[in-house]
Amino acid sequence: MSDQIKIRAQIQGEITDLRILMQHPMETGQRKDEKGQTLPMHFIQTFSVLHNGKLLIDGQLNTSVSKNPLFTFKARGIKPGDKISVNWTDNNGAKRQDEITIA
Amino acid sequence: MIELRRKLLKGGSAALIAPWLGTGLLLPGKVLAAEWNRNAFTARQATDALKAYGVTNATESRDIVINAPEIAENGAKVEIDISSNIPNTRSIAVFADKNPMPLCAALEFNGGALPYARVQLKLAETMRIRAVAKAGDGKFHVAYREIKVTTGGCGG
Repeated sequence: MSDQIKIRAQIQGEITDLRILMQHPMETGQRKDEKGQTLPMHFIQTFSVLHNGKLLIDGQLNTSVSKNPLFTFKARGIKPGDKISVNWTDNNGAKRQDEITIA
Repeated sequence: MIELRRKLLKGGSAALIAPWLGTGLLLPGKVLAAEWNRNAFTARQATDALKAYGVTNATESRDIVINAPEIAENGAKVEIDISSNIPNTRSIAVFADKNPMPLCAALEFNGGALPYARVQLKLAETMRIRAVAKAGDGKFHVAYREIKVTTGGCGG
C-alpha cells in the first residue's frame, strides 16, 4: 500500500501555489542494501494534477527525482471549495490517488 | 463519424474529447495521460535524451529562469525552481547532463497551470542542468545552470 499524497494549496490572489508531496522511495536501481544486493528500480513514472477533474499538470519522471519528492506548481483560477486531485503510477504499476477540497 | 475522427486527429483538444469521457468509449487514463517516454528517459547521453524527447533546434533563452543553489551539499535532494516567461509555454523538461540517465522530469501545463515548477532532483556530480521549454508554436527554448555538488546523490 502506498503512502498518501500530501497536497497543500495556498491561494495568493489570482494565483495559487500547489505543494505536492508524493511519498515514494524513488529507488534508482543503483543502490545496494547492507548485504550488497542491488535494490531494484522503483520509481514514479507518471503523475497528473487535476483541478475539479480537469487536467492541470501532466508529468513524467525518472529515477533521478528525489525520494519522497516535493513539487510546487502554480495555477490560476483556483477558488475555495474547488477540488485538487493528484494521482501517480510507478514502474511496478502501483497507483495512488488523493484529493483535497480547498478551504 | 469520419468528420469527428478528422477533428480528433487534427486537434485532439480536451474540450472535444470531454463529452466522450463518461460514455466509456474513451477511458480518461488512456486519452489524457501519455505513456511514459521510455526512450527519452532511459537514454544515457543528454544528446540522445534530447533527441528522443523530440527537441530540435532549441534556442538559448533568457526567458527561462532556473533558480538553484550554486553549491548543493547533498546531491540526493537538490531543489530546482524553473519558470518560463516564453508566451504560451506548453511544457518544461529538466535534463541533468551528467546523470546516468539525463532526462529527470517532463512536465506539461494545461488549463490554468502556469509554466512553473519546483522539483527535487538527485545529481550524481557537479554538472550543468538544462531546462527545455516548448512553446505553443512547437519551438524549443533552453536555459542552462551549473550546480556544484559536494556529495553525489545516485549511489551509496
